[in-house]
This record gives sequence, structure tokens and C-alpha cells, in this order.
Amino acid sequence: MENKVALVTGGSRGIGREIALGLSRKGVNVAITYNSNQAKAEEVVEEIKKNGVNAIAIKGNSSIEEDVNHIVKTVEEKLGTIDILVNNAGITKDNLLIRMKSEDWDDVLNVNLKGVFLCTKAVVRGMMKKKYGKIINIASVVGINGNAGQANYSASKAGVIGFTKTMAKELASRGIRVNAIAPGFIQTDMTDVLKDEVKEELVRNIPLGSLGSPKDISNLVNFLASEESDYITGEVIRVDGGMAM
Amino acid sequence: MLFEKVRDIIAEQLDVEAEGITMETSMMKDLEADSLDAVEIMMALEDEFGVSIPDEDAENLKNIGDIVNYLQDKIS
Repeated sequence: MENKVALVTGGSRGIGREIALGLSRKGVNVAITYNSNQAKAEEVVEEIKKNGVNAIAIKGNSSIEEDVNHIVKTVEEKLGTIDILVNNAGITKDNLLIRMKSEDWDDVLNVNLKGVFLCTKAVVRGMMKKKYGKIINIASVVGINGNAGQANYSASKAGVIGFTKTMAKELASRGIRVNAIAPGFIQTDMTDVLKDEVKEELVRNIPLGSLGSPKDISNLVNFLASEESDYITGEVIRVDGGMAM
Repeated sequence: MLFEKVRDIIAEQLDVEAEGITMETSMMKDLEADSLDAVEIMMALEDEFGVSIPDEDAENLKNIGDIVNYLQDKIS
């Protein structure tokens, strides 16, 4: 994968940060996007550069078309055309349905699902020209099994899975592989906010008996981004310690 | 000339010889373009000629002659 170019959305922290670092260890030049925390994003860029590759951080909201087009143009100018897209940016605004505001629904669907559509659309032309590309969408096990309190999030992630399969079919003839990863309960800022008793209950339902780490996701991204997985497309792979079996 | 430009773009996009393409050549029937090819060709033409080709117009552009005539109208 040396000298390839990857774009990782939401790469300043959590799973996205680890994905960006993991790709850079394989010699991939990496662009990350971030929404607000520039200091954190710059820190990731410095960390990536230690692996001897190019890296940039671009501010932008992946659910806004102008932002996305600006992001992709910037990456192409500074690093080259994109070989690997990791649609990772995601947010949660959890609540039970009867208390969920319409804005909470829209915000989560916009970032988690519309953002995936916009980013994919923006990079796919370059990949079609090259007749090769890897798109990896970060879904979630709740998009497969559902989860009380996450109507918006689970719907967005189920949407990502449907989108992944459709893209795999539409783009296969152009050599573009599209797969999704469905993480389970991974230790990040997103899951740190959960109450201890909620976490304990969750862990009880994980056959392997512990939370996952961002590295567990990054390892699979490296595989799906590499030529070793060239015969795999339209697949959804759970990385959840057996939780959603 | 317009025809040569269009022919070359299509030949490059579909990876076929430009020589065999005439005004009567059908993109889908003769050159075996699929729907994604058709979209790519339209986008390449838009870039080359600085025009926008709406989907409803693109649907009617079946052979090379259709495209050449369409662009002629658009550009002039």
C-alpha cells in the first residue's frame, strides 16, 4: 500500500485516529478531516508524519456538499488522487424515541449517512478513472441488531450497510471495492460517556468478555485497504467480540 | 472538428479504437458501453466543452451523431 493516498473522515480522535495511524504505518499518505478540534487534528498529523509519510488535516463537515468537495480537492492537490476512502465520521445523539427531537434525528442522519454518500460521490470519479479503489465504511453492530435509545444512530448505520452493498454492485465493474465494518463496543470518547452500569451490562453480553480497542478496527481497515482483500466487496464484517452473533 | 473531439473522448473512455467510430455508431449497442460508461462519457464531455448536460437530455443521446449535433446546438 506504499505511496497510496487515503482519506479518513473524522480522523482526529477515536477509531478514526487509530485508522489514520494504522494506514500510515503501512506507508499510506493520509488526509484526515475534523470538525472542530484543530489542535487534536494537528497532533494526529504530526504523529502520522513520524511514520515517514505525508499527512494533512482538513477542517470540514462531511454532511455539507461544499465542504466535502473542498476536502477532496485539497487532498488531490496536496497528496494526489485518493485510493482509499474510509468513511468514519459519526456522531451520536441518543434518546428514547418519544423524547428524541427531530433535530437529533436529522443531525445524526446527516453526518452518519448523508456524509457517507457525499464523500463517496466526491472521490468515486477519480477511482473510476483509475479502475481501482477501496471504500471502507464504518457502520456499527447497532445497525444490524438495533439498540434501545439509538433510533437515529442505528437507522443511520443500517443505512450505511445498505449503501455499502449498493455501491459494491454499482462500482464493481470499475474495480472499486466497497465494504463495511460493524464495530461493537469499542473504547473511545463516544462510549466513555456511557454510565458504568450500562457499560457493565454491555460487557456481560460480549462473548469475548471485554471492550474492543480502536486498534481492532484499524487492523481490519488495513486488510480491507490492501490488495490482499481484492476479492471481497459488499461485505459487512463485525468486529465486536461476538456481541451481535 | 467537433466529431473528432467527441470520437476521441469516447474512444478513450471506452478503451476502443477511434478509427471505427462513425456518426452512426451507438455507444451502447456497438461499443458495449454500460450505464456507468454513459455517465462517465457525459461527464468527460461536460469537462471538455464546458457545458452542462442534464440527465433528461443525456437519455436521448444514443449514438455519436446525437452527441455531436447536441453539442453543436449547445456551443453555438
